[in-house]
Amino acid sequence: MMTLREALEVLAAHRGDRVVVTTMASVGVWPALSDTPRDFAFLPSSMGQAVPLGLGLALAKPGLGVVVVNGDGGLLMNLGCLVTLAQHDVPVTVVLIDNGLYEVTGGQAVAGAGRTDFAGLARAAGIGRVSAFDTADAWRQGAADALGGSGPGFVWLKVVGERGKATPTAPRPMAEQIRRLREAIGAT
Amino acid sequence: MLDGPTVVRAIEAAGFTHVVWIPDSHLGTWEDALTASRVRLVRPTREGEAVALAAGLMLGGARPLVAVQCTGFFEAGDAVRNAVHDLGLPLKLIVGVRGWRAHKVGKTADNCPRFAEPLVRAWGLPATWFDPFAANATGCELALRELAASDRAAALLWGE
Repeated sequence: MMTLREALEVLAAHRGDRVVVTTMASVGVWPALSDTPRDFAFLPSSMGQAVPLGLGLALAKPGLGVVVVNGDGGLLMNLGCLVTLAQHDVPVTVVLIDNGLYEVTGGQAVAGAGRTDFAGLARAAGIGRVSAFDTADAWRQGAADALGGSGPGFVWLKVVGERGKATPTAPRPMAEQIRRLREAIGAT
Repeated sequence: MLDGPTVVRAIEAAGFTHVVWIPDSHLGTWEDALTASRVRLVRPTREGEAVALAAGLMLGGARPLVAVQCTGFFEAGDAVRNAVHDLGLPLKLIVGVRGWRAHKVGKTADNCPRFAEPLVRAWGLPATWFDPFAANATGCELALRELAASDRAAALLWGE
């Protein structure tokens, strides 16, 4: 297992110029690691909708690399998004933060916590680049390969669940985030 | 009834770049024309997902149209709330209202027509009815152009 911060530190070191969409608990950590116009805190959000939002970005801007940092609870709300993503030859990578918890609501267990084979689900959906990491060291070693390559990707990270954390807030208002992102990717 | 090629020509003329859809038996008749169109067809698995996908497309500068049946719109409420009211995006939808024609003459027990307009309006979306059985190609083009031209989110309620 790794901490959420360790997981995101490795991602920050390897994300390159990709857009990074963060959700839920990741929003509370990511701005301290990266706070550029290509960092989009999807908060407030609609749970389960971060992956299609990232796919939409990539479809609108062909060639744009997108990483979506999604929790297990959010992904479980919309597993079909993996099938949708797999249809498209786009550089979108889902980084799954699997802590088995609905962390921001106080740490209740998600359905199937600790039992669900998320890598198997991603493969079965048709995603070709799938990897899984249990420890921070393994993730450090494998991140470059896991985030490289073409087409949709899926990275499953086993992360220690934490209870009692403050509810995260986005680093700036949504309208400002959108303006910055659009300028950065030439979508204005 | 307007055929698929006529509707798709109107979608193209209105300037939409993508159609994100989950078809019903009425909207589904547009499939061949959409597939052959210069508008890119995107197929999600659920209507809330369609709305979020359209949100991402809009963030990236595209002009998507979401086309779903009202039953799927009912499921997609939270995604609509987020895209329109949190992100402030001008989401454009065609919402197929199942059973609308039969409902008008009291010949169906389908409750979709009863809930469709109130729920679209409940999410703060201006809604305009469109009757594809009465309209001609010009009327269809006008309705799609008006939908696309608005700088606010809006829905066309497509009477089925």
